[in-house]
Amino acid sequence: MRITCPNCGERDRREFYVKGAALARPDVGAGLDEWHDHLHLRDNPASETKELWYHEMGCGAWIEVCRNTVSHEVVSTRLASGAELGGKR
Amino acid sequence: MRFSGWRVLKEGLTGNKGWTPHWRDPEPQPEYDVVIIGGGGHGLATGYYLAKEHGFTNIAVLEKGYLGGGNVGRNTTIVRANYYLPGNSEFYSHSLKQWEGLEEELNYNVMMSQRGQIMVYHNDGQRDAMVRRGNSIINQGDDAELLSRDALREMVPILNYDNARFPILGGLLQRRAGTARHDAVAWGFARGADQRGVDLIQNCEVTGIDIENGKVKGVQTSRGVIRAKKVALAAAGRSGQAAAMAGMRLPIESHVLQAFVSEGIKPVLDHVVSFAEGHLYVSQSDKGGLVFGSYLDFYSSYAARGNLPMVEHTMETMQAMIPALGKAKLLRSWGGIMDMTPDGSPIIDHSGIEGLYLNCGWCYGGFKAIPGSGNAYAHLIATDRPHGAATKFRLDRFRDGHGLMDEEATGAQHNLH
Ligand SMILES: Cc1cc2nc3c(=O)[nH]c(=O)nc-3n(C[C@H](O)[C@H](O)[C@H](O)COP(=O)(O)OP(=O)(O)OC[C@H]3O[C@@H](n4cnc5c(N)ncnc54)[C@H](O)[C@@H]3O)c2cc1C
Ligand SMILES: [Zn+2]
Repeated sequence: MRITCPNCGERDRREFYVKGAALARPDVGAGLDEWHDHLHLRDNPASETKELWYHEMGCGAWIEVCRNTVSHEVVSTRLASGAELGGKR
Repeated sequence: MRFSGWRVLKEGLTGNKGWTPHWRDPEPQPEYDVVIIGGGGHGLATGYYLAKEHGFTNIAVLEKGYLGGGNVGRNTTIVRANYYLPGNSEFYSHSLKQWEGLEEELNYNVMMSQRGQIMVYHNDGQRDAMVRRGNSIINQGDDAELLSRDALREMVPILNYDNARFPILGGLLQRRAGTARHDAVAWGFARGADQRGVDLIQNCEVTGIDIENGKVKGVQTSRGVIRAKKVALAAAGRSGQAAAMAGMRLPIESHVLQAFVSEGIKPVLDHVVSFAEGHLYVSQSDKGGLVFGSYLDFYSSYAARGNLPMVEHTMETMQAMIPALGKAKLLRSWGGIMDMTPDGSPIIDHSGIEGLYLNCGWCYGGFKAIPGSGNAYAHLIATDRPHGAATKFRLDRFRDGHGLMDEEATGAQHNLH
C-alpha cells in the first residue's frame, strides 16, 4: 500500500501512522451521547472511506486519505489541516 | 453416526464405505424460534448449546459461505486462560474448562493439545507484570508458573536468550494452555448441532433484519425471507454490517490480522511461545510447520489479506527470537477480518432491540473463546439473562466508561489494540 502525501508525493505505507476514521470533533460542551458516538461508534464501511493518516516519517502532516477497505486502494488524499473532515462516522 | 476406535478399524477393513455426511443440507424453513447469523465457531457453538442445554428444537444457523470458512478456519489456534482483568479472567477460565471436555462432549477429535503456552519476558518491568498476571491467574483458579531463565532454557532451548536488545530473562507458563485443530472445532460443533436438529444453512447470506415496533420479526436472506422470534448475531469481522441491518452502529472497527506457516521441519518447539517484544507467537503444528503471527496491520480492512510491512516485521521478529529457524521457508500466509473493539475485549449482550442479541468484538482472540462463548451466548438468548461467566461483556461499558477491559492498558480507543 502506498499513500500520496500532498507535500511529499507517493510514499511507502511504513512512513505513516494511521489514526482511523476522519471525523469532525464534537464541541467541547457536547453531551455524553455525542462524545460516545464520536469516540466509539463506527460505520465501519466495507467500501471507500475517509481516514486520518499521519506522515510520521516524512513532513509530519495529518492527511485525510480516501481508501477502499475492501481492495486497499488509495483513491485520493488531501491535507487534513483546514479541511472540513467529512468521513463516514 | 458415532466415532469410536472399533468403527475406525471396521471401516478401515471394509474400504471406508460406511461413513455418512456429518450434517444434513436442509432447505430453510419459513420460520424458526432462533436464527443465528454466521456459521463460524461462535455461531455453531451457540446453536449446539441452545439445543443441548436449553431444549430449543427449532433453530437455524445461516452462513453466507461455507461452514468454517471464516476466521474459525484462519487463526493460529492458541487456546489459553491467562487473561488478567476481571471479566476476561473468569470468562476464559470457563472457556478453557469447556475445551478440556470438548472431545468427549462432541465425540469429535478436535486435537486439543495442552502443550503449554509460555509468555517470555525480556526485562524487569515485564517480569513484574508476569508475576502479577500469574498471581491473578492462580486466583481465578487456573495454573501459572513463573520460569527462570535457566528453567525456560532447559524447556525451550531453541530460543535466542542473548539477543543484545531483547535478552530472554524467563517466562510465564500455563501448562493447560495449548492449541486445537481449528476447523475440527467448527466441524465438531456443526455435527453436534445438526444431530440435535439445528438446521445449518450454507450459501445463505442475511441481507436484512426485519424489525417492527422495536421487535425482531425475522431476516431477509439470499434464499428468501425467514421469520424468527429471536435473531442472534455471530458474524465476527462482519458484525458492523450485520448490526447496520438493524439500524445499529457498534463500537467496532474491522481490521486485518495475518498468519504464517513455514515448511514442515522436524520437531523443534514443543510449546506455544509468545514474545512481548515485537509481538510474536509461534507453535509447531503436527505436520511440522511453524505457525506464527504478530500484530494487526492496523488499518481498517475487509480484505482477507494484508500488506508486506507486517510480513517483514513478523519475519524480523521471528529471526531475532529464534534465529535457528531462519532457513525454514515460508509456505503460506493469509489474513482474517477482526472485529476490534476500543478496549480489545468482547461483547455478549442484548442489543436493546427486543429479540436481537449481539456476540462480537472478539478481536484477535476469539478462537479460545468458542465453547465458552457459545455456552454463554446460548444462555443469554434462552433466558434473557447473562451467563455468570460473561456478565461483564456489556455493550454499554463504552458509553459509561464503567467496566472497560483494556488488557494492554493503552486506553479504550480504536486503533490502539
Ligand atoms: C490470523 C488470525 C489468527 C488468530 N489467532 C487466534 C488465536 O491464536 N487464538 C484465538 O483465540 N483467536 C485467534 N484469532 C481470532 C479468532 O479466529 C476469531 O476471533 C474467531 O474465530 C471469530 O469468531 P467465529 O469463529 O465465529 O468467526 P468466523 O469463522 O469468521 O464466523 C463468522 C461467520 O459469519 C458469516 N457471516 C458474516 N456476515 C454474514 C451474513 N450477513 N449472513 C450470513 N453469514 C454471515 C461469515 O461468512 C463467517 O463464516 C485469530 C484470527 C486470525 C484472523
Ligand atoms: Zn509528507
